[in-house]
Amino acid sequence: MTDGMFGAKGTGDTSGYGGLVRKASTAGSSERPYGSYFDDVADDLERAYPEFSDAIERVVVDRGEITLHVKREKLVEVALILRDSLKFEMCMGVNGVHYPDQTGRELHAVYPLLSMTKNQRIRLEVSVADGDAHIPSLVEVWAGNNWHERETFDMFGIIFDGHPGLTRILMPDDWEGHPQRKDYALGGIAVEYKGATTPPPSERRSYK
Amino acid sequence: MTTFDPYAPSRDTTEGKVFSVTGGDWDALVQDIGATKEERVVVNMGPQHPSTHGVLRLVLELEGETITEARAGIGYLHTGIEKNMEYRNWTQGTTFVTRMDYLGPLHNETAYCLAIEKLLGITDDVPERASVIRVMMMELNRISSHMVALGTGALELGAISPMFFAFRERETVLEIFEMITGLRMNMAYIRPGGVQQDLPEGALTKIRDGVKLMRKNFKENATLLIGNSIWMKRTQGIGYLDLAGCTTLGITGPVLRSTGMPWDLRKVQPYCGYENYNFDVVTADTCDVYGRFLIRMNELEQSLRIIEQCVDKLEKLKGAPVMVADKKIAWPAQLAMGGDGLGNSLDHIRQIMGTSMESLIHHFKLVTEGFHVPAGQVYVAIESPRGELGASVVSDGGTRPYRVHFREPSFNNLQATAAMSEGGMVADIIGAVASIDPVMGGVDR
Repeated sequence: MTDGMFGAKGTGDTSGYGGLVRKASTAGSSERPYGSYFDDVADDLERAYPEFSDAIERVVVDRGEITLHVKREKLVEVALILRDSLKFEMCMGVNGVHYPDQTGRELHAVYPLLSMTKNQRIRLEVSVADGDAHIPSLVEVWAGNNWHERETFDMFGIIFDGHPGLTRILMPDDWEGHPQRKDYALGGIAVEYKGATTPPPSERRSYK
Repeated sequence: MTTFDPYAPSRDTTEGKVFSVTGGDWDALVQDIGATKEERVVVNMGPQHPSTHGVLRLVLELEGETITEARAGIGYLHTGIEKNMEYRNWTQGTTFVTRMDYLGPLHNETAYCLAIEKLLGITDDVPERASVIRVMMMELNRISSHMVALGTGALELGAISPMFFAFRERETVLEIFEMITGLRMNMAYIRPGGVQQDLPEGALTKIRDGVKLMRKNFKENATLLIGNSIWMKRTQGIGYLDLAGCTTLGITGPVLRSTGMPWDLRKVQPYCGYENYNFDVVTADTCDVYGRFLIRMNELEQSLRIIEQCVDKLEKLKGAPVMVADKKIAWPAQLAMGGDGLGNSLDHIRQIMGTSMESLIHHFKLVTEGFHVPAGQVYVAIESPRGELGASVVSDGGTRPYRVHFREPSFNNLQATAAMSEGGMVADIIGAVASIDPVMGGVDR
């Protein structure tokens, strides 16, 4: 792990004047009616999937977008029903978000889905604990999630069980740590080229 | 032929013999390989290779000239843009995203700014003139991007002249960009709430002339390639991927439209007022490289149509604002033309330094700290030249993004390399990759 760039400690946040930083609020769940086509999506899913209330932890409608928070054990079942019965043919990948303050559910995986048939978009979100960062892979459901899951593993360390080849994709294979996590500081690394080493920017000069 | 390279020492391999090619006599290498009596050869193509469209590494398993397995290796251009953005304020993020897909910088900026505006709840407050400028710039950008796709695609298949023509047309667009934004690429011109500055004097005339010129010149490129028997043989039936393949792999853009699916976010989920323009969604039904080539060719004309409508609208909207009225989001100072080109607005400096302490404090806070964005998460998708470009943006209520993730069409579409090329000839993977038109800056971010 590296220190902050240019000798900066902590997060390097510039918005901390007078302690004015506002903490992230975890949006509560939304009540019906959700508005727009979201009620139809929820109704259809409930009809097609009897275990709806068990699998979906909460539904959040915010800024004209609907998010279904899914239990990870049920993710593949829900995904299959969304794909086959509700015609969400495309998954636009997955991206991780790290919330270190949400104890027990620090790592979130977010899946934006698209239905070309109905011209609708929804979002699935799965959250897991940092110490048990396992989520079932959706490559069997949407093959295009292959690289997206590798990227999320690379950047956040979320392990997608059942992925055909979960290796690093953007960082070098022997890299240590998962750079997009909040506990991974932004900092330079030494560069080695043809035997010579250039120190990281953070060690070249102090701006303290 | 194993040559000694002091900086890349030889490695042990578990199976087979390794041949390192670092120049030299090709015949000798062929003889060496022939002597092994091995039918199956694994070839490492790239990451530094003129035909892989950037620093893309292709690992090909060949039997003779037939590809039995193809895998793409990426990450050589990873620059940590998403991580860096978490350490800069929202406005500064535009200078990062513009560098991702460097052939479509204005699309990156627009996706990012639309996401911020959605988080701020000011989507409807963005002035009409700003939206029209955005659309016009994006369509110009689509032309310059398609020109690179067509030019380099043809070059990689061995046709050199189309690239000269394509880059000449691209130059017309880049000159317009330079006049309007000051830069030919990586402009950071589109900002949360509008655009960075209004069009300069004479820009619309230059665009009108440019459109006229390009419309004439595009025909030259078309006559060079369409119907050309070598070009047809290299592209027709190559890189086949049908609709089912596209949906399961999440492929969008010209590759999806080459299956006959008229899916264009500008039409089906309009943003920036695209519903107010007349244009057609171009499709093909061949599912191959040739279809994708034709789509890009014909999209040029559609982009020109949109640009002309934008110019008409902008003439009517002369003098209208190009930034939201909220001074907390808009940059406090207006730039003015000084003796040396752009400079600070002297009126603004006089106000903050001479008359109003409050203005000085506001200026300082807004410039160094930036504006707050209410907590939440959004996903905004736009139609970039390569397909659906999605911005997943999370805010924690602070002045800097909590998490920004880009669903890059190049990153996603590159996964189709294997499906398009396995079972085909090794020479055809070049055409297949070129028809995806991946931009490695966007793939690796």
